[in-house]
Amino acid sequence: MALVGPSGSGKSTLLNILGLLDRPTSGTVAILGQDCSDLDDAGLTRLRGKTLGFVFQFHHLLPAFTAEENVYLPMLADVGHFEPAMGLRARELLGRIGLKGFETRPANQLSGGQQQRVAIARALAMAPSVVLADEPTGNLDQASGNQAFELMREINRESTTAFLLVTHNPGLAKRCDRTITLVDGRIA
Amino acid sequence: MQTALILGGIGTGVGVIIFLSALISGLQASIIERTLGTQAHVVLQPPEEEARPQLDRAHQDVLAHIQRPAQRLRTILGWPRLLADLRSRPDVTAATPTVEGSAFALRGTANRSVALRGVDSDSYGGILDLRSKLVEGTFDVTGTHAVVGVELAKELGLGVGDTLRLVAPDDHTELFTISGLFDVGITDLNLRWVFISLRSGQTLMDLSGGVSSIQVKLRDIFSAEQVARELGAATGLKSDSWMTLNSQILMGLRSQDSSSIMIQFLVILAVVLGIASVLVVSVIQKGRQIGIMRAFGTRQEQVLRIFLLQGGLLGLVGSVAGILLGTLMALGFQRLATNPDGSPLFPVALTLQLYGRSVLVALGTGLVGSWLPARRAAALDPAVAIRNE
Repeated sequence: MALVGPSGSGKSTLLNILGLLDRPTSGTVAILGQDCSDLDDAGLTRLRGKTLGFVFQFHHLLPAFTAEENVYLPMLADVGHFEPAMGLRARELLGRIGLKGFETRPANQLSGGQQQRVAIARALAMAPSVVLADEPTGNLDQASGNQAFELMREINRESTTAFLLVTHNPGLAKRCDRTITLVDGRIA
Repeated sequence: MQTALILGGIGTGVGVIIFLSALISGLQASIIERTLGTQAHVVLQPPEEEARPQLDRAHQDVLAHIQRPAQRLRTILGWPRLLADLRSRPDVTAATPTVEGSAFALRGTANRSVALRGVDSDSYGGILDLRSKLVEGTFDVTGTHAVVGVELAKELGLGVGDTLRLVAPDDHTELFTISGLFDVGITDLNLRWVFISLRSGQTLMDLSGGVSSIQVKLRDIFSAEQVARELGAATGLKSDSWMTLNSQILMGLRSQDSSSIMIQFLVILAVVLGIASVLVVSVIQKGRQIGIMRAFGTRQEQVLRIFLLQGGLLGLVGSVAGILLGTLMALGFQRLATNPDGSPLFPVALTLQLYGRSVLVALGTGLVGSWLPARRAAALDPAVAIRNE
């Protein structure tokens, strides 16, 4: 699903609210049927970790850590300590996105496209219901952007994970199953 | 870079604490050793004599001038029993009877006033180990042997084997043979102390069978005041501790302690502020990364823990650097501050306990210093942190 609209129309704000990073000033957010208005920060964090994944315009990996470590970060945060299964899952995901062999490379030594793909793998680590992506290809060249987008499309087809994409690129929006247009904070 | 700076700060702080502590405890140990090297910890003497005017209390309007009596040399009553009691106390390491009085030492036409010490040669070593202070001869005060200080020997031209005449205030005279010369490091004592046997002392001082004081050495020197008060109350004797007799030295030690604690406190405070300020900057720099971690399910208390852990680790690593630095400074100082003969002025006290305490202090400093930044990191709004491009 693509979310499009001119700058300042509220796309990112909506994404932040859906992602439980911001609280709505009015109205409620329900995730998997659960009303989130009454949850405290710890509850929101837990729900966010388990059901949502994020891909940002800038990859936002932790630069000093390896690709593998970046991918299993959400699992680590959930359990609180490292388990070997996390490493396996991270390597499996990295293999899926075509970065086999880069597992122990520090994030800041990967190319922009590779970093964004690692970020996608990280978003998938907890097998979330929805991945929220804020202009995931906005900072990539045409080829890598395309590659990243195709990757998300494929994963969407293979699994039950939904993707909500904010984009400025009409071409990408057209290739999504559904497009929502925001104008001045309202769905047009 | 930041880490190096902050470690330098903690290291310097811990180094100063170690240096200062080692220096001051070494100095104090040396002062106490010098003070107590020639003294008993507690001295028991007969109670002071008081004037007991035979005045009718009913006639308060009588003008009376009551003179204080002169203190005669008297014996401690029942001293063998008291001595046995003292020696059976667990906190007493040694107790010995002595007869102390003044006399003149004569040789040829020269004479000097001296302080006589009639001692029990077996047990006196527990109070003052004269054998280790001898420069010539042996510590033999049996029979009519005497041990004198090197200064007196020089003044009177005495050597081991020579004869010395001692004259008591009541003109009682005895001849002694010098068996050894001692040097306790204090000129006045080297000039005035003459050691003879307990029995000779009793004869000279006309105190047959009696002793004028009992000297006591304790396991814990700082309990001396307490023990002295207890003994005084239990025996009715005049009981003084080294702490009363050297109250000025004790006061000096105490004020040294408090100024050292004050300096250490300020150093710790400075280090805490340093850690806090560096970590606050680090939290701002890493804001986005913290935001990402929060977005991916890292809970607030986990973020808090990460920063506290960082502070604690900084403290630990810094304390290792500080221990190295402090030890080097202390040893360097010990090498610089020497007696003319090249031996150190006093040994610095670098103990395992001091190291252990420093590590704990540094750890605590790291945790306290990182508390505020950690709180701030945990409270970061992930949406704001990530948006902040």
